[in-house]
Amino acid sequence: MLHTVIKKNLYQDSVSLMLLTNHLSAMDGVERISVMMGTPSNKDIMKGSGLYTDELEAASPNDLCVVAETENVDRVIEELEDFLNNQSAASEATAYSTVRTWEMAGNKLPNADLALISIAGEHAAAEANKALDRDLNVFLFSDNVSIEDELQLKQRAAEKGLMVMGPDCGTGILNGVPIAFANVIEKGNIGVVGASGTGIQEVTTIIGRNGGGVSHAIGTGGRDLALEIGALTTIQGLRVLDADPETDVIVYISKPPAPEVREKVVEVFKTLSKPVVSIFMGDKPKEQHDNVHYAWTLEDTALKALELAQTSNTSADSILADNEDLKKIKENKDQRFIKGYYCGGTLALEAAMILEDAFNLDPDAAHPEGMMLQHGEHEVIDLGDDAYTQGRAHPMIDPTFRVEKVKEAIANPKTAVLLLDNVIGYGAHDDMAGVFAPVVEKGKKEAAEQGRAIIAIASVTGTAQDPQVYQDQVDKLEAAGVIVTESNAQATKLAAAIIDSLEGEEAAETKAEKTAVADLTKASELISDKPRVINVGLTGFADTVQENGGQVVQYQWAPIAGGDKRLAAILDKLSKL
Amino acid sequence: MQYKTIDEANQAVIQHITASEPFLLDVVPAKSVISELNGKALLHSGPPTVWGKMPHPMQGSCIGAALFEGWAATEEEAQKMLENGEVTFISAHSVSAVGPMGGITSANMPVVVVENKASEKRAYCNLNEGIGAVLRFGAYNEEVINRLNWMKDVLGPALSKSLKQIDGGMNVNVLVAKAITMGDEFHQRNIAASALFLRQIVPYLITSGISEKELQEVTKFLADNDQFFLNIMMATAKSVMDTAATETEGSIVTALARNGDQFGIKVSGLGDQWFTAPVNTPDGLYFSGYSSEDATPDMGDSAITEAYGVGGMAMVAAPGVVRFVGTGGFNDAVNTSDEMREICIANNNNLQIPTWDFQGACLGIDIRKVVETGITPVINTGIAHKVAGNGQIGAGTVRVPLGCFEKALEALAEKYGVEV
Repeated sequence: MLHTVIKKNLYQDSVSLMLLTNHLSAMDGVERISVMMGTPSNKDIMKGSGLYTDELEAASPNDLCVVAETENVDRVIEELEDFLNNQSAASEATAYSTVRTWEMAGNKLPNADLALISIAGEHAAAEANKALDRDLNVFLFSDNVSIEDELQLKQRAAEKGLMVMGPDCGTGILNGVPIAFANVIEKGNIGVVGASGTGIQEVTTIIGRNGGGVSHAIGTGGRDLALEIGALTTIQGLRVLDADPETDVIVYISKPPAPEVREKVVEVFKTLSKPVVSIFMGDKPKEQHDNVHYAWTLEDTALKALELAQTSNTSADSILADNEDLKKIKENKDQRFIKGYYCGGTLALEAAMILEDAFNLDPDAAHPEGMMLQHGEHEVIDLGDDAYTQGRAHPMIDPTFRVEKVKEAIANPKTAVLLLDNVIGYGAHDDMAGVFAPVVEKGKKEAAEQGRAIIAIASVTGTAQDPQVYQDQVDKLEAAGVIVTESNAQATKLAAAIIDSLEGEEAAETKAEKTAVADLTKASELISDKPRVINVGLTGFADTVQENGGQVVQYQWAPIAGGDKRLAAILDKLSKL
Repeated sequence: MQYKTIDEANQAVIQHITASEPFLLDVVPAKSVISELNGKALLHSGPPTVWGKMPHPMQGSCIGAALFEGWAATEEEAQKMLENGEVTFISAHSVSAVGPMGGITSANMPVVVVENKASEKRAYCNLNEGIGAVLRFGAYNEEVINRLNWMKDVLGPALSKSLKQIDGGMNVNVLVAKAITMGDEFHQRNIAASALFLRQIVPYLITSGISEKELQEVTKFLADNDQFFLNIMMATAKSVMDTAATETEGSIVTALARNGDQFGIKVSGLGDQWFTAPVNTPDGLYFSGYSSEDATPDMGDSAITEAYGVGGMAMVAAPGVVRFVGTGGFNDAVNTSDEMREICIANNNNLQIPTWDFQGACLGIDIRKVVETGITPVINTGIAHKVAGNGQIGAGTVRVPLGCFEKALEALAEKYGVEV
């Protein structure tokens, strides 16, 4: 029988009413149902469909009217209430945009720098070319790309300063963001170039598990070392990593290459400014030469890289890049010397040792009055030597004398670098950094007034549990403009690197010239920040980029014109009119 | 070609769209502006068609029009006359006119006159009759004919007298730009624009010299009709897109229309030619008691709104009607407009959409992009019962068939001498 339910003054728009009708009419036991507002024209419609009841007479246009032919009107009312109360649609926005054209991908991610392509091989080269049209680097996961296409893509990319990783490139890590099949590895100072996906994975994960980290891993595709391709991407990858301030050691992983190509790659190794650990799978490792080390297994490769990464000093490059003080010091030709004033005797000895090695000096036989190193105006003095502690406390406790020496050094127009230690812990001065920070700050200011600059470098020997608290001391020094390094050795190496860079300008330029054989601007930009990816193909890859802090837009690729070759050809020709 | 590339030509085409200045000037009897209607002739929607291919509701509209014009005294007489070919059928688009659903327009029906002052192109569209039993959905009972007569005798003249008091006519761009921020997409939903229109016209209706009874009837009619503005929007879009079509190069869609049998598109570089493919039947929501089995195939010139870049293309502007496209809520609307943007070449900054981060509505459907991606324009539409007289039974969306674009692309290749 017909039941009538009238909800007074419950207005619903027509869309809701239609959705509601659909919903209720799908219920079991509901033969027919009509849900409408009680307007005269709706009442007419109900009459027309045989669902009119006398109760509708009293309904006003603002009343929701339900007429149902059903046995169980209570359940209908229950469903009705339920529907009206739960109308907020399940709105699920994805974290990244999905697009269907290159143009829209460009609109959504205008600063994209990488196309990650994983579509069927027969279409992959064409899409890779479109990515190059848009000045995007390419990570070509797709396989079944012809070697002719690979060469064309890589040559074209090279002309534009771009890099094509692949085809058949299974893995990559760009600034901590895993690309395609890749592991989550801590960010670190080892850069990897490899023609083997699982080789890269094995090496990077061993590095990761052993406390190291990876700056970038650049896959080249397995055929990059074939004679036809001539290691185009390999060489680009090596150069990009060499120029990358975050990479200190470069690992190269290769399947057995063509002999000519192997030679070419090794020649490139020698032009690099960073140590290289290389594995040519299957080749017995050769003796180390120049900056190049060879390994036999993937594990050996990883461990050797770790060893080099821990002792590497090239992080100086990143610290000194764009250092304004250094530029100013360069202008003052007299300013070429290091003054190291230590309270720790062994630390002073270590500093002297490192500087002697760096400057090719014969070690001094004796160290009168704590003079650990004296060469020209370079000096490293242990102020804890008996000569300085007569009548006053050790400099670890009483900094007065060291403060005087530091002031002198800063005032000395020949001083380029001031080198200090800061030994904290029980018994030591309760705030050494607090004493030296204002001295350095004031000194740098006064130097500036005289048109000079000075670089102060320090290390702190201590821990977070010490009463002075390691990080507090570091923060105070850094706030005063002191460069604080992880260890005394690093501080000293940095000081030496500065002097090197001041004296060895000409030599450095020669090397830079040798390296700058190709424009790699856009490839370098790719690794200067988290990648901004247009993902063409497998959605899972977009998720990975997104989850690891890269930006991504998903290009839901489909063959042009639904795969109709004739229409696709017309489109292509029309675009080239 | 006077342009270096098709892209450059297309920029010139959309320039005509963004530079348009449509004004609603008047409401006049159709025959006074469309000379082809003098005599036994009817305008219909979509590309040219014949009686035998018209869907039943469109035929019903023709019968209604014959009765309204007094060509026949009975339904049977009218039917016979139409079957015998005594009445000429003209595609409205070919005479600067458009009409919703059946689009049947006869000599004495009032039409709105919209002029794009940037080009002086004028376009016409009949007046919206409201919902329920109406001619455009194929109804032709006494109530329908009486209403048509009232529109001819009272509504049309009243609006004419009112509009003539507005110096230069009513500025449609301003009204549309406001209404799109109020949740209209101008095809499925015109409630804001209709209200704004009423707000603007009422002071002039009051001073138009019509009787108090007529004033009451006219204001009531306008106040009750959420879709009144649709027909004004259609004439506006027609005047703008006909201006765009004066550019004889490029690959931009200038008209989308369907006649219940064929969907037709026109393209800027391809002149007055229709490129057609069989229409689809809309997907949508149905009023109580009806289902897709009762639906008539897609018809109407109202898709000119989508050609202009609103309607389904601007789904995101109208949160109130987004559930026609699916149950995913507002994100479905965003996705719909994002998808439509893929086949367009720009955004129309005259029509900024707040719910789309103030991006302008889609501008310039490029047939090359449609063929490339396989994404076809989505049309918001009413759904008519397949039997004349039952009127509207639902609303929803329908896609333009891809075949229209593929044929047009072949023609474009020929025009530009591309051989494959």
